[in-house]
This record gives sequence, structure tokens and C-alpha cells, in this order.
Amino acid sequence: MSECIIPTLTSSEVVESKSVLPKGWKADLSNLKALDLTQPVLELLRRTTSRLPQDVIEAIVKGRDEEEDGSRAFNTLNDMVRNINLSDGQVTPLCQDTGSIIFWVRHPFGLSQRAAKKQIREAVARATKNVWLRPNCVESLSGKNSGNNMDPFHEHHPAIHFEEWDRPEIEISVMQKGGGCENVGAQYRLPDAAIGAGRDIKGVRKCIIDAVVKAQGQGCSPGILGVAIGGDRVTGYEKSKELILRKLGTPNADPKLDALEKELTKDLNTLGIGPMGYGGHTTVLGLMVEEMYRHPASFYVSISYMCWSSRRGTLTLAASGQPSYDL
Amino acid sequence: MIRLTTPITEDQIRQLKVGDEVLLNGRVVLSRDIGHKYMKEQKPEWLKPILENMVIYHCGPVVRKNEDGSWSFVAAGPTTSIREEPYQAEVIDTYKVRGVIGKGGMGKKTSEGLRKTGAVYLHATGGAGSLLAERVKRVVDVKMLEEFGSPEAFWIIEVEDFPLVVTMDSHGGSLHEIVAQQSQERAKTLMA
Repeated sequence: MSECIIPTLTSSEVVESKSVLPKGWKADLSNLKALDLTQPVLELLRRTTSRLPQDVIEAIVKGRDEEEDGSRAFNTLNDMVRNINLSDGQVTPLCQDTGSIIFWVRHPFGLSQRAAKKQIREAVARATKNVWLRPNCVESLSGKNSGNNMDPFHEHHPAIHFEEWDRPEIEISVMQKGGGCENVGAQYRLPDAAIGAGRDIKGVRKCIIDAVVKAQGQGCSPGILGVAIGGDRVTGYEKSKELILRKLGTPNADPKLDALEKELTKDLNTLGIGPMGYGGHTTVLGLMVEEMYRHPASFYVSISYMCWSSRRGTLTLAASGQPSYDL
Repeated sequence: MIRLTTPITEDQIRQLKVGDEVLLNGRVVLSRDIGHKYMKEQKPEWLKPILENMVIYHCGPVVRKNEDGSWSFVAAGPTTSIREEPYQAEVIDTYKVRGVIGKGGMGKKTSEGLRKTGAVYLHATGGAGSLLAERVKRVVDVKMLEEFGSPEAFWIIEVEDFPLVVTMDSHGGSLHEIVAQQSQERAKTLMA
């Protein structure tokens, strides 16, 4: 019987004690003009780069326990748990590819998006300086690294999506999306004769299976899939990525898509690709599907693949100004 | 478990088979996208003594510069190897490299190169950044840091018991090809 490594995440008290936010720090949301998000966002990045969400860890452990004892798949998943424990304890990046940094900011009326963008960019630059993030922003043609994760001219990186809502609190989610898994994402235009996929749910299913087979282990399986049905080439991909923020195991509100998610998770895990493509039963940890509206002439299926190291987290600044993190 | 220490001879490499688990020791040279393009197109002479009978690692590490000017590896797992497919076979042959560490496996051209030169592809667990950084004992040197940036530079490191699996050997064997074929077969049934 091989040793099963048990996840030993540090307690929330220990995480708090290492926080970059001064003890008792609170935002003043009654004065949004004076609000500075730099420190709370820096703290969010400190957590996401070194800690995986509980639901992801549980899915990895469940996968490990379903693999044959001592198999390569079992050992690989065990190593993933070891790595999770190590990074959390040391507060060091889980993976050397700390990813492209993508933010979703939901805020009440009155927040200056220009100011927030500046502060969030500053937080990313500081996180890079602290060696929590690798400089992952290079000029496309020359390959020259900007050194601080900033895209200096067009400000596309870090990517920040703003949305004003009618609630009093501010919610900031972040995803660290690795390049390896980004490269195996795929967009299909239905009907697709090559894989025999028509404009229906069966066709969508075929696209997803095809994408996972093409990805093999290259996106660092077991992966988590975000799938958007419809939209256009941009909004479809955008939605597919945002879907990965959803907690594994939460049911889809749409019963037909919930059934598709459950059935496909089971089916994809019979492909035999396994962790890192070594073979095994754990090829995906889960998938999230959402239906969008579309132009009558277009039918896209956009698939984002997230590696097993699904680094995501959310910071909430309550109406009282109290910060809370879900990691 | 097979223990190997660099530099490695062709004889040692020819004995390895797909599925063998290896603990690697000694010097390893990091290189990825820009480095491979550079090696194929410019074939720099200065790399010859550094790479002969050595192992290349597809990795763009997270590094920390210490106060005394030395470097430490903070996270150092493998990057996806298939991007080096257009370059790898030629690089292996030009520099007589004995092994390539990465993730995800490589294609037919590289497989043929491994067979011809006598080299293997060694798979490391992707995403295990801190676990693998722990096995990096020392950063010996770094080349082309200014020119390529830290994720792409030639880092020369010393590793201890670096855990790897041979997934492509020097006899044409490839675990990736087997898994790909089997999963494609299964997908046909699922898509029917």
C-alpha cells in the first residue's frame, strides 16, 4: 500500500498572520474616491499563487484515491498533493508558470475604474517583485520581457473586466491562467464536418470530447473545462474562462446542462489520458457549461482548459469595509 | 528506480526503456522557446562544452536573487515540450544532448532524433513547481539572461534526485503515442 499524502493546508489564522494587510485594515466604501485597492489585491495574489481552493484539492484527492494504488497516475496525483502542501507552507508559487493574470471586478456606482486599474496593476507589479509571480508579459515579435508583468503600451495585461452592479460591496476575483493550458483551449464552429458535430447538444458534446483528446496531457491534466455555447468569437472565449471561477461540485442552474456536465465528466474520465497524460482514470476534475445567445448564422463552442493547479480566488470588501478572502 | 548522473554516456541511455523511473543528479541546462530557436538557427559554439552529454530541461523558473548576488529557484516545473518539436531533433544532434526533460511529450521528429543520436525524453510532473524546485541544489550559472529574460535564459543548475519518468526512449518507444492512440479509439465510441 503506497502512502497517501494528506492535504495539510495552513489554518486561516496562520494565513491571516502572514497577510500584507495591516491587522484590522478596513476599507471605507462611503468614500470610493479615496479607496486604494493595491494592498488588498496584493494579498489576494499572495494567496492565489500559493494556495489552491478547497474544492480543487478535494477533487485531486478523490481522483488519486480512485487510481490504482502505486500506479503512475496515483503517484503523480500524490505528488500534486505534496506540491500543494509545500507551496502553501512556504508561500511560494504552486507552479513556475504563474500564468496570465485575469481580474473580474464587480463594484457599486462611484468607483473610478481608471483608478482601480492603476492600483490593480501596481499590485501585480509588486507581487512580481516579491517573486509571487513570474514576469510573464513579453512583446510578441521581439519576445522581449517587460520584466514586471505589465504591458506598457496597450495595457492588456493584466486583463481586468469591470462590471458595475447594484450591490454595495466590491468583489474582485482573479485567475492565474497558465500558458500550457491556455494553448490547448479550442473554439469550434458548428456544424463541424471533421468531427461530425451538428448544431445541437450532441454536437457540443463531440466538441468537448475532441478538445480533451487533442489536449492529451499537455494542459497539465486533470483539467477543468469552461465551455460556452454560443456568443461570438470573443464573448464565447471570455465566458468560457469566467466559468472556471465556479466552484467544482456546484450544480448547473440549467438542468439539461447539469446533466451534460455530469455525464461528460464521467465519460471523459474513461478516455484513459490520466494525470499528465500518463494514462489513468483522472483526466478531468470537472466541467462548467453555459449557454449564451448567438447570431443566427454563427454557432460557436468555446472551450477553455484550466490545468489541475486551478489558481483562482475572490476578495470581497463588504459594505462595512471588512475584507474577506475565500482562500 | 534508476539513478543517473550527468554527464551521461550513450550506452547508459540506450539501456533506458519507456516507463523507467529515473532519479537524475548533476548538472542540467534550462532552455525553452527562444533558446531552441537560437540553437537551431545560430548553432552557437560556446554552448557545445556546456551541453555535450548533458540534459536539457524545458523550464522557465521563478527565481529569486539573493543578497549576495547568487540565485535561488523558487518554482521550477516543466513547460510544454511540443513547442520545441521543430527544433529539438537538430539541437540534440548538434550538441550531442543525452536527455530532454519536459512535459506532455514530443512528436515523431524528436522520437527519430532520440533514436539517431541516442537520447531520451524524461517526463516531470507539470505544475509541481515547488516540489521540483526543492530538488535544485544550486544555480551554477546563467547565460543570456539579459537578452532572453529570466523565463527563457539558459540556467545551469545542479539537481539532486530529480524525479522523472522515461516516456520516450532511444528505440522509438513513446508512452504519449500509446496513450494518444488508445484515447482516440475510446473517443470514437463516445462520439458515436
